[in-house]
Amino acid sequence: MKPAAFTYHRAHDVADAVALLTDLAAAGEDPKVIAGGQSLMPMMNFRLARPTALVDLGPLRRVPSMTAIDVSDGVLTLGALVTHHAVETAALPREWAVLSRAMRWVGHLPIRSRGTVAGSLVHGDATAEWCLLALLLDAVVVAEGPSGRREIPADELFHGFYATAVDPDEVVVEVRFTRPAPHAALCEFARRHGDFAIVDAAVALDLSDSDSTIVTGGRVVLGGVAPAPVRVPEAEDALHGEAGDTLWTAVAEAAAAAIDPPEDEGTTAAYRRRLTRTLVADACREAAR
Amino acid sequence: MTATDLPTEVTASEPHFESRRGRWVGASIPRHEDPRLLTGRGRFVDDIALPGMLHAGFVRATVAHAHVTAIDLTATRAVSGVIAAYDARDLALGDIVALLDRPAEEFTPTAMPILAKDKVRFVGEPLAIVLARDPYAVEDGIEAAVVEHESLAVVVDEESGFAADAPLVHDEAAGNVLLDVSMFDTPGVDEAFEDADVTVEVTTRSGRQNALPLETRGVVASWDARDDQLLVQTCTQVPHQVRTLVARCLDVPERTIRVTVPDMGGGFGQKCVVGREEVAVAAVAHRLHRPVKWIEDRREALTAGFLAREQTYRTRAAFDADGHIAALDVDVVCDMGAYSCYPFTAGIEPLMASAEMPSVYRVPAYRVRGRALTSNKAPTAPYRGVSRPQYVMAIERVMERAARELGLDPVEVRRRNVITEFPYTGVNAVTYDPGTYRESLDLAEKTIRDEGWYELRDAGERHIGIGFCCFSERTGYGSEAFAKRKMTVVPGFDLSEIRMDTTGAVVVTSGTMNHGQSHETTFAQIVADRLGIDVARVKLRQGDTERIAYGWGTFASRSVTIGGSAVALASERLGELLCRIAAHLLETRPENVAMDGDGGVVQLDDPSRRLSYEEIADVAYLRSHLLPKDVEPALTATASFDVPGDGTFSNATHAVVVEADPGTGAIRILRYACVEDCGVVIHPKVVDGQCRGGIAQGIAGALFEEVTYDAHGEPSAASFIDYLVPTATEIPDVSIAHLETPCAFTENGAKGAGEGGTIGAPAAVLNAVNDALRRTGVELDTTPIHPRVVADALEEL
Amino acid sequence: MNDPHLLSLTVNGTEEEVVVEPRRTLADVLRHDLRLTGTHVGCEHGVCGACTVLVDDAPVRACLVFAVQAEGADVRTVESLDAGGQLSDLQQAFSDHHGLQCGFCTPGFLMLAEGVLAESPDADREEIREALSANLCRCTGYQTIVDAVHATACTRRSQEVPS
Repeated sequence: MKPAAFTYHRAHDVADAVALLTDLAAAGEDPKVIAGGQSLMPMMNFRLARPTALVDLGPLRRVPSMTAIDVSDGVLTLGALVTHHAVETAALPREWAVLSRAMRWVGHLPIRSRGTVAGSLVHGDATAEWCLLALLLDAVVVAEGPSGRREIPADELFHGFYATAVDPDEVVVEVRFTRPAPHAALCEFARRHGDFAIVDAAVALDLSDSDSTIVTGGRVVLGGVAPAPVRVPEAEDALHGEAGDTLWTAVAEAAAAAIDPPEDEGTTAAYRRRLTRTLVADACREAAR
Repeated sequence: MTATDLPTEVTASEPHFESRRGRWVGASIPRHEDPRLLTGRGRFVDDIALPGMLHAGFVRATVAHAHVTAIDLTATRAVSGVIAAYDARDLALGDIVALLDRPAEEFTPTAMPILAKDKVRFVGEPLAIVLARDPYAVEDGIEAAVVEHESLAVVVDEESGFAADAPLVHDEAAGNVLLDVSMFDTPGVDEAFEDADVTVEVTTRSGRQNALPLETRGVVASWDARDDQLLVQTCTQVPHQVRTLVARCLDVPERTIRVTVPDMGGGFGQKCVVGREEVAVAAVAHRLHRPVKWIEDRREALTAGFLAREQTYRTRAAFDADGHIAALDVDVVCDMGAYSCYPFTAGIEPLMASAEMPSVYRVPAYRVRGRALTSNKAPTAPYRGVSRPQYVMAIERVMERAARELGLDPVEVRRRNVITEFPYTGVNAVTYDPGTYRESLDLAEKTIRDEGWYELRDAGERHIGIGFCCFSERTGYGSEAFAKRKMTVVPGFDLSEIRMDTTGAVVVTSGTMNHGQSHETTFAQIVADRLGIDVARVKLRQGDTERIAYGWGTFASRSVTIGGSAVALASERLGELLCRIAAHLLETRPENVAMDGDGGVVQLDDPSRRLSYEEIADVAYLRSHLLPKDVEPALTATASFDVPGDGTFSNATHAVVVEADPGTGAIRILRYACVEDCGVVIHPKVVDGQCRGGIAQGIAGALFEEVTYDAHGEPSAASFIDYLVPTATEIPDVSIAHLETPCAFTENGAKGAGEGGTIGAPAAVLNAVNDALRRTGVELDTTPIHPRVVADALEEL
Repeated sequence: MNDPHLLSLTVNGTEEEVVVEPRRTLADVLRHDLRLTGTHVGCEHGVCGACTVLVDDAPVRACLVFAVQAEGADVRTVESLDAGGQLSDLQQAFSDHHGLQCGFCTPGFLMLAEGVLAESPDADREEIREALSANLCRCTGYQTIVDAVHATACTRRSQEVPS
C-alpha cells in the first residue's frame, strides 16, 4: 500500500499554487492540491487516487488569512487551512457554536489535527460533516483560479459522488458561512465511533425570538441518503409550530418520506429512512436546547 | 520425560499444589516484556534491515476462480528498482499438502501451490513474486504484471458449492467437500426425538472473520554461507512447522533452514499455520543468496491472509418437560475457503465442532455430521477458539430456545443440564476433568441479579436484555487428543532445556511461542519458584529452531499447560542436579540437602552449611574435577511434557446486559461479567488481560466484523473502513471473577486461558440481544448482528 | 529515485536531513531512513493509529503524512519518552495496568495519549476513552489502556503546581 510516484511542489502563496496547477496541467501532468491530506492520502496509498504531481499548500500556513477564524457582521470566515481541530477548540459565538460541537464527529483527534475544512469540502464525501454544515449555514467557498477569484455557494458546490464545483486548477482560499444558527445541531450514526456516518442529519431552527419556543422555519440537511448531501425542503416546510417532540416527529417523518436513499450491502433504504427519522428528531431536540 | 517418571516427591496421580504457589507464581509482577515494548526498542520483523536486502511483494489474482492462461512479467522486470520477478514455473517449488489419516470418503487431500500455476481459486491468491530495492518499487512492479485468465463459475457459499452442477474448486474434491465425517451417531437419538416433550431447531451462522493481529504477517529470509543455512526470521506461532515445510518445499535438508521469531504483534491463530508467502520468500532468498523481506500490507492481510469462522450449524435438540436435554442432532458446515492449511488441514474446524459440541451439558444421545466446504474465498486458519465460539453459540441458543418453549428461565435450563460430577465421560467419548461449570453459572447469575439488572430489564420501556453463556474449553491438547482427530502431523508435546551459568543466572528454552501472552514473565515465574531464585535471573528463549530440537509453538491455549509444565520439569531436574552436586561438595547424603528457596542448597541437618548456586556453578564449569564421578560438567537439564488422555478443560460463564436502541438498532453493552476457571493462575493480570482481550474479539464477531463475498467472489472488506474492528468506545469494561480448580495433570495446576474470552462472548451477546428483542417475536441466530436487523425487529413493535 | 527532495526536520530534538522520494511517507522515513523503528505501521490508511507520532505537538498519523510535508517540523516519537531507559510516568502506568500485551499498538497509543493529555489535561475517564478510540488494539480490550492513561492524567493533575 505505497502510493504511485508523483512530483512534489511547494506553493509559496495562493498565486503560486494556482500557477503551479496551471503549468503542471499544461505540461501534461495530472496535478492535485494537498493540504492536510487526510482524505487524499488514504486513497493514494491504495492507489485509488494517483495524481502525477502534488501541489502542497502546507507552507501557506504562514499566511495568516489561510488559518484565520474570523467572525464579523453575521459571517464566519474560515481560512482554507483551518483544521477541524482548530474549529473544535475555537471560542465561537453561539450562532456558530454548532460548528465546534459537530467536530467531535469528524474522525478522531489525529485526523482533526491535520485535516482541513476546505479539504473536506472539496473532497465532497456525501456524509462529510463539513458538507452538511455548508448547506446548513449557507457557506460560500471562495476559490482562486487562473482567471481570478470566484465564489461558489454551497447549493452549487456538490455534484455528487466525490465531485464538486471546485475546478482542478482552483485553490480554495476561504470558506464563508453566512447563515448564523444559534439553534442548530448535527447528529449522526455510524456502527463504530469516528467512522463515516451511514446517515447524518443537521438541523437549524429559526425561532420567533431567542427565548421563544415557536419555530418559524429552519434548515434540514441530510448526508448518506443521496450521492451528495442534500437539503430536504419537505422537512424544512414542516418546521413551523411549537417546539417539542410532536413537531420534531413531524419534521423527521417528513424528511424520511422525502428521501429516496440508496441500498448497499448491509443497509437498506428502509434502514436509512429509519436512521433519518431518528437523527432528524435528535438533531431538532439538540438544536432546541 | 513423561508424566510417569517425575521426581519421586512428585507423581502424576498425586496433585502437588504446594509447590505450584510460591513467591512468584500467583503474583502480578511487572512483565519482563514491557520495558522494551514501551520504549520502542522491541524488534518486530519489519524492524529488521540487512545489508543488500531486497523487498518482495506478490502479484495476486484479481478474480476468484479462473484458469490462468498467461503470466507476463516482462514489464514488471523493466520497472525502475525491480530486481527480479518469478512465477510458479520459475521457482518450481513443492506444494503445501496437509493430510488426515482418513479414508477417501471422509477426507480429500488437496494441494496448495506456493504460487498459483494453472488456476487461481480466490481473489488475492499469489501468482508471482516481485523483488525490488524498496517496497514502493515493488508495488510499481506488481502493477506492471500482466495476467491473462479464463474466468470460471465461482463457489461462494453452501448453495453454490453443494449444488448438483456446482463448479469444482478442486477437481479432485467432488461436491466441493474436503471433509465429510459423521463422528457420532450414538444409540437412542431417533427414539429421544420421538419421545421428546419439546424439540427445538436452531440454525446458527457466524460470519467470516479475520483474526487480525495488528502486526500483519511478514518475513525476512537471508542466506548465510558460513552457516550453510537460510535464516528465516518470520512472525509465526509455529517456527518448527515453518522450518519443516520450507525444507520440504525447497527440497533441502531441514538443518539448512533456521527459523527465528522476533517480537510478534499478535497472531490469534492466523500465524499458527504456514503461509505460502513465507515459503516463497525463503525460496527466493535461497535462490539469489540475498536477504529478502516481505511485509504483508493491510489490504493483503484483509483479503489474502487467512480468514476464519464462517460456519453454519443446523441443530436439533430433544428435551423432556423438565428441561432435560435428551438428544442432540447437528449438521455442521464450515466454509474453509480455497485451500487446506498446514499442518491442521481443512478438517480442523468441523472435527473440533463434532468432537466437542455437547459442551458443558449431559447429553445422553448425540449425532453429528461435520463437513468442510471448499469455496473461492481466502483460505481459513484456526482462529482463537477454533469452532468453539460457533458450537457454543449453537448449543447456547438451543438452551435459550428450549427455555422459551418450556416457559423456564434459561439459566435454570442450563443448571438442569450442566455437568456437575467429575471426571465426566460424555457421549462424545471425552473425559472432562474437574471444573466449576455449575459454580461459574451460579456466580455469574448472582452477580447480574444482585446488581439489579433483572429489575431494570423488567421495569420499563427500554429494550434491555440479559444473556448468558456457559462453556468449557479443552486447553493444552496433548498428542493423544490430537491423534484422535487423525492428523498425520500430530502436535502435542513440548520440550524445554534449562541452563544455569557461572553467575547463577538461568536461560530456559520453550518450544512455545510468545506473541503477547507474556511467556517471558509467566514462564520465568514458574522457573524462579521451582529453583528458588529471583525471577529477574530467569531469561526465556523461544522462537529459534537452533535452540530447541522441536516444538509445536503456541496455539490452542497450550503454552502454560504444556510448555509451562516442560519448563517446570526441566527446572526440577536442574534443581536435582544442583542438590546432587551440593551434597557431594558438602560431603553429605543427597537426601540431606534441599534448595533453600533463596538461590542456594542447604544441608537439612545443619542449615549453617549452605552452597549458593554460584558456588555450585563454579564447580560445575570451572573446577569440574571436584564434581561427583557420575555427574557430567555443566548445569543443564532437559524435559518434555505431553498432556495425557483427553486433556484438561478450562471453563467460564459470561453474563451480558445489552440495550437495543430502537432509533438506530445499535446495541450498547451495559454490563459484561466473566466468571472463569483456568486452574492455577500464574499471573492474575495476565489472565485478566487474556480474558478481556478475548472477550473484545468475541464482541467483535458478535456485533461488528465480517468479510462477505459477492456473487463473483469479490471480498467486501479490503480496508479498515469496511472491516469494523471495534475501538475503545465499542468494547465495554469487563469484570472478571476467578474460580480455581487446579489441573491434576499439568505441572503447575494451570489449565490455559488464551481463548476462553473469545469463545463465550458471541453466544452471550447474541442471547442478550435476543432477550432485548423478546417482545418482538424475532429471534436472531446469525452473527455479526447488524443494527439494521435490530432496528427492523423493533420497528414491528 | 523519482524527483528526490532534501528534507530537513527535527526528530526527538535532533536535526535530521534525509533525501527522499516525494511519495515516501513520514512513517517510512522515521522507521527505515532514520531507523526509529518504535513507530509501527498497521494499516497505511489512517485508521489503526499504530503510527501515531507528535508533529509540532499534535498527534498525527505518520502514514497519512508525506515526509516532504514535514519539512521543518518538530517530530516526536516513542523513542523520546523514556529517560535513558527510565520509563516515563505514562509508560510506567501502561506497565502497571497491563495496558499492553503484544506491544505492537503501544507506541501509537502512547503518543496519542501524550497528545490527548497535553490537549485535555482535565479529561475524565470517559473523555479519555473517546479520545483513545482513535487507535486500534487487538489484545487488551482497551480497558487497561484507558485505565493507564486515566491514572496518568490523575497523577499529573495532582502534581500540578497551583499557579
